[in-house]
Amino acid sequence: MTGSTVDLFLLVGAALFALGAAGVFREVEALRRIIAVNVMGSGVFLVLVAIAARGEGPPDPVPHAMVLTGIVVAVCATAVALALADLSRRHGSSADDKADR
Amino acid sequence: MSSSAFVLLGILLSSFATGCAIFFLREGSHRLRTGLNLAGATVKILFVVALLRGVYQGVVYQISFTVAPGVTLALGADANSVFFVTLSSVLWFWTTLYAVGYLEGSPRRSRFFGFFSLCVTATVGIALAANLVTFLVFYELLTISTFPLVVHRGTRKALRAGRVYLAYTVGGGTVLLLAVAWLQSIAGPVAFTERGALGAVVDTHPVQLKILFFLFVAGLGVKSALVPLHGWLPRAMVAPAPVSALLHAVAVVKAGAFGIVRLVYDVYGVETAQQLGVLRPLAILAGVTIVYGSVRALVQDDLKKRLAYSTVSQVSYITLGAAVFGPLATLGGIVHLVHQGIMKITLFFAAGNYAETLGIHRVSEMDGVGRRMPWTTIAFTIGALGMIGVPPLAGFVSKLYIKQGAIAAGEAWVTLVLAVSSLLNAAYFLPILYRAWFLPPPEAWPAERETGRFETHWMLLLPPLFTALMVVLAGVFAESGLSPLAWARIIAGREYGP
Amino acid sequence: MSPDRLLFLLPLVPLLAAVVAFVAPGWSRRAGLAAATAMPPLALWTAMGVLESGMLSLPLGGWTAPLGIALRADGLSAVMVLAVAVVGFFISLHAAASFPGAGVQTHRERFFWPLWLLLLAGLNALFVSGDVFNLYVCLEITGIAAVSLVATAGSPDAIRAALRYLFVSLSGSLFYLMGVAILYGGTGVLDLVLLVEVVAGDPPAIIACLLMTGGLMMKTALFPMHFWLPPAHSSAPAPVSAALSALVVKGGLYILLRLWFGPFADLVGDGAIQWIGGLGAAAIVWGSWQAIHQPRLKLVVAYSTVAQLGYLFLLFPIAWSAADRTAAFTGGVVLLLSHATAKAAVFLAAGNVLAAVGNDRVPSLCGLSRWLPVSAFAMGLAGVALIGLPPSAGFIGKWLLVVAALEQGQWWWVAVLLLGSVLAAVYIIRLLGPAFVMPDSDQPPNPVSRIAEWTAFALAALSVLLGFVAIWPARLLAASVGSGFSP
Repeated sequence: MTGSTVDLFLLVGAALFALGAAGVFREVEALRRIIAVNVMGSGVFLVLVAIAARGEGPPDPVPHAMVLTGIVVAVCATAVALALADLSRRHGSSADDKADR
Repeated sequence: MSSSAFVLLGILLSSFATGCAIFFLREGSHRLRTGLNLAGATVKILFVVALLRGVYQGVVYQISFTVAPGVTLALGADANSVFFVTLSSVLWFWTTLYAVGYLEGSPRRSRFFGFFSLCVTATVGIALAANLVTFLVFYELLTISTFPLVVHRGTRKALRAGRVYLAYTVGGGTVLLLAVAWLQSIAGPVAFTERGALGAVVDTHPVQLKILFFLFVAGLGVKSALVPLHGWLPRAMVAPAPVSALLHAVAVVKAGAFGIVRLVYDVYGVETAQQLGVLRPLAILAGVTIVYGSVRALVQDDLKKRLAYSTVSQVSYITLGAAVFGPLATLGGIVHLVHQGIMKITLFFAAGNYAETLGIHRVSEMDGVGRRMPWTTIAFTIGALGMIGVPPLAGFVSKLYIKQGAIAAGEAWVTLVLAVSSLLNAAYFLPILYRAWFLPPPEAWPAERETGRFETHWMLLLPPLFTALMVVLAGVFAESGLSPLAWARIIAGREYGP
Repeated sequence: MSPDRLLFLLPLVPLLAAVVAFVAPGWSRRAGLAAATAMPPLALWTAMGVLESGMLSLPLGGWTAPLGIALRADGLSAVMVLAVAVVGFFISLHAAASFPGAGVQTHRERFFWPLWLLLLAGLNALFVSGDVFNLYVCLEITGIAAVSLVATAGSPDAIRAALRYLFVSLSGSLFYLMGVAILYGGTGVLDLVLLVEVVAGDPPAIIACLLMTGGLMMKTALFPMHFWLPPAHSSAPAPVSAALSALVVKGGLYILLRLWFGPFADLVGDGAIQWIGGLGAAAIVWGSWQAIHQPRLKLVVAYSTVAQLGYLFLLFPIAWSAADRTAAFTGGVVLLLSHATAKAAVFLAAGNVLAAVGNDRVPSLCGLSRWLPVSAFAMGLAGVALIGLPPSAGFIGKWLLVVAALEQGQWWWVAVLLLGSVLAAVYIIRLLGPAFVMPDSDQPPNPVSRIAEWTAFALAALSVLLGFVAIWPARLLAASVGSGFSP
């Protein structure tokens, strides 16, 4: 891959990371924050993949391994987050129900 | 383990182990607890006797234990420590006996006696500490173990007094910590050494050492109730009488005064301190405290409060003796460590007896109490006369030496302070004695209790009689080889160079 | 068998137990207790090995770096692993005792054991990891396990706190991972020892340092990123609160220490070191101030954690230019151990109060010394350690830091350390004062298991007794000085 393409990937990765980070801190609703965290994660993975592609010859396998591990972690974390958000929503609504009655 | 370590640890552990064991006792096991208490106190006295014998034969007692890099806990027995450890272990025995009688039937005794024993452990630790860090450790341990005693009654008032007590002592402890750490960063770890431990640092850091001296005094002055750091002492009077006795005569106040003695003689060295010019301000502070305490005592109607302000005043005699340069004043100050202890504990024992037996808490209620409780009142009278400095009682001896020392050192104003203080002492003690002996008793006492054969429970009566006897003996036989004065003379001799 | 070969057992034993606990819920309590019992000897073995050879290392599966994963343990790792093992052991006992008796398994206990064992595995793995990416994975494992444990409390408050904690934890880890990526991009190395050689002062390395530090600050709840900690730590069940405050937050701190005193040592100037110390100082003042004003026991204790973490950050500026770095580090590590044991003790005792009285409002503590004398005593002893009064480990730790700071003339940290002690005394007394008030009745509203009381006491006693053997962590730290891995 050429140097400029790699740079582009790096930049996009960094931008996604920054967007995601802003989302996590600024959003209030759980679901949006979960998506924001995932955007952040994608940014990091993109940067890693771009780093692997730098230089001559075949891509560096170590960042690929890191991305794979990272994706596994991200999936788990997202699952936990969704479960918690769901629980929180149910608790919230039941409390509201009581208040309504 | 060498026998020297055995004796030193024995002195510490005889009360520590007792305390720990007592915490685990059920509230109901009264006999076992009393047995443990008295056994612990007796064993401690036996160890102290062994120590005295060893020191007399020239055995050097020293153990140390490194707990962290640069932090070594060391115990030893120099002349000063032997003096203080003897005082506290003997008085602990009598206070324990008294406390057992005093608290009979009251709740939460296991907790009380547990902390009581820890408190004495801390006190003997302070006495035996051979370096500043060890001193600091036990000094703070004393704060921790006395707090539960001060708040023992669990009332709002007790809690408030406990908070005030902690605010003062934790603040003082923090200042002391700063001072010790600062000194260590200048001079390395400081071990107590006769005639001073600072050596060459005196010439290189004179200004810092002067500042440090007053940091130390501020840290130690809280416990020894130097004005203006004395505020906790009168408030802490809500505690039960044995605690007051312990606080005033054996442990807390004494620990502060002993710390000042250590600071002047074994950290700085009295000659170095004189050379740095820090003794004069300390003497003035002590003089102010002496007069201030006496004046405040004059207007208290509450008996224990009057005694508390009297303590503020009397303890500063020790500081004053240490702060006036010269062997005679040193002698007077150090011997007052013991003399004040036995006199004040007698007074508190007696005050506790009045409160416990007849419900008397105020001076104005004491009319004719000498007829109802003659023995207690005799003890009280001896203690009070000793405080005033009537010959041949113990207080007279200490005041005499401080006065002569002051004259020898050219500090004539000190004699004036002593004279004023003695007059004030008389002014706040003699009216009590007059009321007790010469005014007719009231029809009924505020809250009289059934007491059995004696005028009060024998465990309450014996301790004040014994300590009053000591007040007489320490004065009358001051010149004998076994008196506190003789020992103090050895110490004073060592602290001044040939 | 040499202790090197055993390093993998540290994470593996709790991990296997976690699997057993999850697959066979009926066995979960037994599996948990078995793993908790096995960990202290393993940790001790590791420590002995470190004392002997300075550093242990084990390339997993025989693959060496950069391809393989190396486990490594030096003095600092050994101390942390010991802390996890000992504190974890008592927390496990407390948990086993405070859940309902055998035969009745609640929903909460069903999930507690696997998650708790997973947390222990993650922490152990973190403390023996030798490369920065492995550390990321361990951070995530501990983070997710910790969040889920908070949620096991089940209350709406706990779920909300867990969710908030999760977001902070995830984004913190991602910040850290981004830093790892940039670091790898610049150097091609992940191994902590190799990184020391190759990290240069170029802009990518500085950005990596900033990202990683920021992420770890979030995970460690360093002021001003502490906001998530009090709700999470105070709404979790007692054993979980204890584990979070005592152990989990130390993970991020541990990595920060490794990085700042390792690969980033040349990037970090005196200015940055003073800055991170300043944040620590702010944490001490702010955390203590908040602790003084909290209405509930567990909130007081949680804010106290914010403050106590601040002390550990004072280690950075004080150890940085210390003449005797090992002494300063010993101070920090002893303080860390003191906090780990004392804070776990207080949270466990708070759990007992909650179980006995039904709430943990500060006035409810009246009568505590009568109802739960052992728990009250535990709180008292732990309070002594938290304030830093002698002879506790808290005192020795502070003393070493104070002396080290004074020797360098950094008196401002001394002022903060001492002020922190005074403030700590205020909030501890606020809790303990009411305990001395006489209650109306002799019995607490609900009975409390004796084991639950004594585990809290044991931890509190440890926090004091450690003060007498502070020379041991000092020896461990000194054993691996110069091994290339240690700070």
